[in-house]
Amino acid sequence: MRLPAFLIACLIAAAIAAPLVAPYGPERIDLARRREAPSLAHLFGTDELGRDVFSRVVYGARVSLAVGMLSAVVASACGVAIGGVAGYAGGALDAGLMRVTDGMLAIPRLPLLMIAAVVLQPSVPMLILLIGLAGWMETARVVRAEFNTLGGRGFVESARAAGAGHIRVLVRHLLPNAAQAVAVSLTLAVARGILLESALSFFGVGVRPPAASWGNMLYQAQSALGTEPWLAVTPGVFILLTTVSVNALGDRLASRS
Amino acid sequence: MLRFIVRRCLQAVPLLVIVSALVFLLIHAAPGGPLAIYLSNPNVRPEDIERLRRALGLDRPLWQQYWTWLWAFARGDWGYSFSDGRPVTARILERVPATLELVGAALVWAIALTMPTGILAATRRGRWFDRLTTIVSMIGISLPGFWFGLLLQMIFAVGLGWLPSSGRATPGGGDVLDHVQHLLLPTVVLAVVLASGWSRYLRGSMLETLSLPFIVSAQARGLSRRRVVLHHALRNALGPLIAIVTVDAALLVSGAVVTESVFAWPGLGSLFTEALARRDYTVLMALLMLSASAVVAFNVVADFAHAVVDPRVAVS
Repeated sequence: MRLPAFLIACLIAAAIAAPLVAPYGPERIDLARRREAPSLAHLFGTDELGRDVFSRVVYGARVSLAVGMLSAVVASACGVAIGGVAGYAGGALDAGLMRVTDGMLAIPRLPLLMIAAVVLQPSVPMLILLIGLAGWMETARVVRAEFNTLGGRGFVESARAAGAGHIRVLVRHLLPNAAQAVAVSLTLAVARGILLESALSFFGVGVRPPAASWGNMLYQAQSALGTEPWLAVTPGVFILLTTVSVNALGDRLASRS
Repeated sequence: MLRFIVRRCLQAVPLLVIVSALVFLLIHAAPGGPLAIYLSNPNVRPEDIERLRRALGLDRPLWQQYWTWLWAFARGDWGYSFSDGRPVTARILERVPATLELVGAALVWAIALTMPTGILAATRRGRWFDRLTTIVSMIGISLPGFWFGLLLQMIFAVGLGWLPSSGRATPGGGDVLDHVQHLLLPTVVLAVVLASGWSRYLRGSMLETLSLPFIVSAQARGLSRRRVVLHHALRNALGPLIAIVTVDAALLVSGAVVTESVFAWPGLGSLFTEALARRDYTVLMALLMLSASAVVAFNVVADFAHAVVDPRVAVS
């Protein structure tokens, strides 16, 4: 648990303190120092406009981490709401909501998001919303299953008999019992969100330049694979470090039960 | 068993209707609708767009359009490509062989990697092999596929020059070896990512099965460890894995979008990105529907396979 959590904490801290951590401005162009290999002055080299890759990666972390974490929050909130209602209500409502969930799961996520991104030309907040709305199904299934089994237990009935309303039973009695399952699917959604953002930006339909995100740095690096490999290696390593840490964290959370 | 299969097939129908409605609404909820590409073209006059709208039936109520589209789609009339005017079915069919080849090769490799890794990791739980594969598969699950592809290109195509960086064959023909060389890198990308997830899954389900009483009883009857693991435990652990493999295989119909574009592999994934760049909505809708239908259909197949491996499924 320690190493992944530590890595994530470092990344978040660096992203928040980006102006202090980054030696240069992320969009500062220096045409005299274009395409320089990694050196002491430029730890990860410079890109085709002489911008410092290290600074761009640090600032890019802000966008990539924010998209990953906030989209996971959106996804989990929707998933808890939909799965919770389905599992608690049961019957036709449950069947209907779960069919829609199955339907959403059948449509491939990345292509769906690519179409939405091309059509809507999203800003970063919009992108967060889109990725979140494409990722609630797993949480909904987990929460529904938990609520379904919990619903038949005595404490729900006794809370109802004591006069608690449906909302109160859902939020105060059922939700805390599903907290661990939600936490696990939330962490997985963070990793997925970061990967989806990077893939969308890699195809040029996610975060738009000149703002840096790890995905669109890779998009720009694509044309220089043979000559400036550091441009493609650095952002990818950061994506991988983050997703591995987040997934490892989720794994540990899941095995705690 | 027959009743089980029929029931699962019937359940798939409403699911397909829901999927088609979602896909249809997505395209039609877009600002400007399917004609968005013409709106930004200064050479197209507003009255032309109006005429096109009427000609294409876009002025009718949404549910009527949906119904017409669904009915035509079900009969195999998928319309014409906005970008080159050819039938969508023709454009899709010419790309199918390349995708099947890539996906087929990736599936074979992924399964070949998954089976020994998952079984050995479970039987040697906590030992070095288990730990190593845990770390490797964790990395595999977390890998951005396109970046992995770029790295392989950088190392094996650009750097070492051992393998071609993209395409399906060297232009102007090429023999079988040339073909295999082109296939290798994209296959590795897909297979590594798939096998990482699957082997973790198989390991988990093997561990669960190995802790059940019937395994202890099989061992107590004096059966060899090998027989207990491969015949008793594996058979029971296989059911859930089959479900995952089939669904992933179905998703690959379009899910190879990333890998296919990185390696310029001329399959359905590349067709998708090309259609996306040209806002070719008829092609995009058909591809989304095709891939979602594949997932739904393969789900039924997975249930059937699961029931064959584990007869308890069909009864419950």
